[in-house]
This record gives sequence, C-alpha cells and structure tokens, in this order.
Amino acid sequence: MADLPNTTEDLTPDTFVRGLWRENPVFVMLLGMCPVLAVTNSTVNAIAMGLATTFVLVCSSLLVSLLRHWIPKQVRIASYIVIIATFVTIVDYGIQAISLELYAALGAFIQLIVVNCVILGRAEAYASKQRLHTTLVNSLGMGFGFTLALLALGTVREILGSGSILGMPLFGESFQPWVVMILPPGGFFVLGTWLLLFNWLRLRRERRVLEQAGVAANAG
Amino acid sequence: MQDESLYLIFLNAAVVNNFVLALFLGICPFLGVSAKKETAWNMGLAVIFVMLVSSTSAYGINWLLTELDLLFLRLICYIAVIASAVQLVEMFVKRYSPALFRSLGIFLPLITTNCAILGLALFQTAKEYDFIQSLVYALGAGGGFMLALMLMAGLREKLALARVPSVSQGAAMTLMLAGLLSLAFMGFAGLGGSHG
Repeated sequence: MADLPNTTEDLTPDTFVRGLWRENPVFVMLLGMCPVLAVTNSTVNAIAMGLATTFVLVCSSLLVSLLRHWIPKQVRIASYIVIIATFVTIVDYGIQAISLELYAALGAFIQLIVVNCVILGRAEAYASKQRLHTTLVNSLGMGFGFTLALLALGTVREILGSGSILGMPLFGESFQPWVVMILPPGGFFVLGTWLLLFNWLRLRRERRVLEQAGVAANAG
Repeated sequence: MQDESLYLIFLNAAVVNNFVLALFLGICPFLGVSAKKETAWNMGLAVIFVMLVSSTSAYGINWLLTELDLLFLRLICYIAVIASAVQLVEMFVKRYSPALFRSLGIFLPLITTNCAILGLALFQTAKEYDFIQSLVYALGAGGGFMLALMLMAGLREKLALARVPSVSQGAAMTLMLAGLLSLAFMGFAGLGGSHG
C-alpha cells in the first residue's frame, strides 16, 4: 500500500542469522520459557518440540504477513491467536498420528504452543509489518534459534541426568546418573547456568573492548 | 470420571505438582512480576480469578463440544474464552484500581498467554474432572501459583540487599533461585495422589 510508511526490511543474511544468536528468543529475549524448561529432559523431546514450534511459527507468521492489510488493528491480537491455535491443532493431530509415544512424552505442551510468547511476539512485532519472503526467512531463523536453545538444554540435561544422548548410553555401567537434572529443578539450574555463561562472555567482551579503547587512547 | 477426593485434588495442584515449580507453567509472570511482594500478591489474585472463570467455562465448552462432536475446536474455544476473561479483569482493575493497573503493566493483558491458565483448562479436560472437582483444581492451581510467586518475591526482596557477583545478576540469579525453590517443593512428592 502506498499510504503506509515504508518500514519493510530488505532481505539480508542478517534477517535469518539474528534469530539464531543476537536475538535468540530464549537466551536473549527470555521468551517462551515454559516449554524450554518443561520438555527438555531429553534430546529427542527437545528436537520434536523445537520443530513443532518452528512449524507453527513459520506458518502463522506467513499467514499473518499475507493478511496484514486486512486484519483490523483493534482485533489483531485475537486474530493472531486464532491463526496460531489453528496451526497448533494441526500439529497436535499430526504428532498424534506420527508417534503416539512422542505425543505422550510432550503431553499438554504441544497444545500449549498456542500461548508461546515467541510466536505471538513475532506475529505482532515482525510479520504484521513485513513482506512475505522476509517474514519467511526471519521466522525460520527464530524457529531454529528456539530449537537450538532447546537442544542446548536438552542435551546437557540428558547427558547429566540419564548418562545418554538420543537414548544411546555414553558412559560405562558404573555411571551414576545425576537424576535431579531431568527433574524440574534441573531445568532451572541448567538454563540458569547457560545464562551465566553468556553473561560472563558478554562482560568479558565488553571489558576487552574498553581495554582496547584505553590502549588506543594511551598510544595516541 | 476420577474419584480422587477434593482435598487430594487441591493439595496435588497446589504443592505436589505445583504449576510453576513442578510443571513449568506460567514461568513468564513468575519471573516478571516477582520483584515485589505487593505486586506478586495482586497478580496472584488476578490469576486465581481468571483461573476460576476459565475453568468453569472450559467445563461448559468441553461438554458442549463433546455433544456436538466438534472436539477439534476445543483449543481455539478455550483460548478465546480465556482472552475474554482476561479482558474483563483488565477492565475491572482499570476502573477500580488505576494504581494496581499501572504496577501490573504489560503483565495483566499477558495473563492471556499465561500457560498456567490454558494448561489448567487442558489438564482438567484430560483428567475428566467433574464440575466441583474442576473448581477445586482451579483454586488449588491458582493458590499454588500465588504461593510460588509470593515465595519468590520474598526471596528477591531479600536478594536485593545482598551482594551478588556481577556475572550472575538478573535472570541467571532468578533462575537459580527458582531451581532451589523447585528442589524444596520436590520434598512434597508422594504427599498427594496421582502424578500430573
């Protein structure tokens, strides 16, 4: 539309990459924490949850982007939620058909994708303003960033808590699994530790930048 | 139909399978509004109210959709009802307590996307609770949410006075605290009835 201010973004590699790292939905924006903590007690669950969320995220962002000129501003949140709920219902029935075991393991958290703030946040902040192809790339990036974060938690918790990865045992018979890691408190601890690590890296980088600036100032 | 006693249902939802600390539902408001006890208390009240409304409506909707054989619409209907209930609370709070409205800020409309509430509706359907059981379950879940929120707020108010290493400030520290709380709540395991 010509009368809208031109806020659309051009397609660059950054459209995809920033979802993976700089704007990672979990580690940086702290969104959608509930599934991140709840279903990451094994790697398989983490991957399945990540892919399911990515699917819903991409499909609903695309539809929101397609309909962005037709959805009235006042009822936009309600419309987004209905769109998201539709795709979640599809995924819910899909997973039930593919693997009943997985469905039981993920439990209510598949249906709870509806209230995952990452998806609503993307619809509101990005898809409702951008063109179709940038939305596709951006939501794919965000989805993979989310999956990456789930994997980061899932693998650590499975290795520590059951001594295996993807169900394959890693250590010998004598390994005593650290059971608390696959129980609820472990989720909080592992995520907390990841955030600590990222905080530490960020502080160290900032200090280095400052030091280099100081050196440059002294030399000059 | 389940034949758990009402007392067990309440205890189960409130402490044994605490919605926040054992089932990981409603983490966003748990981390977001737990900085002060007063806000935490009001947030807890709002959540309990929305939970009661949505639990009642979810029971009705589930009955209706089962009659009409339209179960695939369940998720969409639940979320629509929750959104309207939240809108109601928001209007009410804005009218009668503008100060509270400001202190809850963005987290008030965000109750819609609080997974504890949708989770409650889904769990009570999965467990096939009858009407009274659903209400008690909602009260227990809401009470448990409030308990976790208040405990966390108390801890964080004390923590504000402590000297924390600069790397662990912010979300990392809060998550560690939540982990310790969750560890404490695991002590309740086995107190009441079935899992989940």
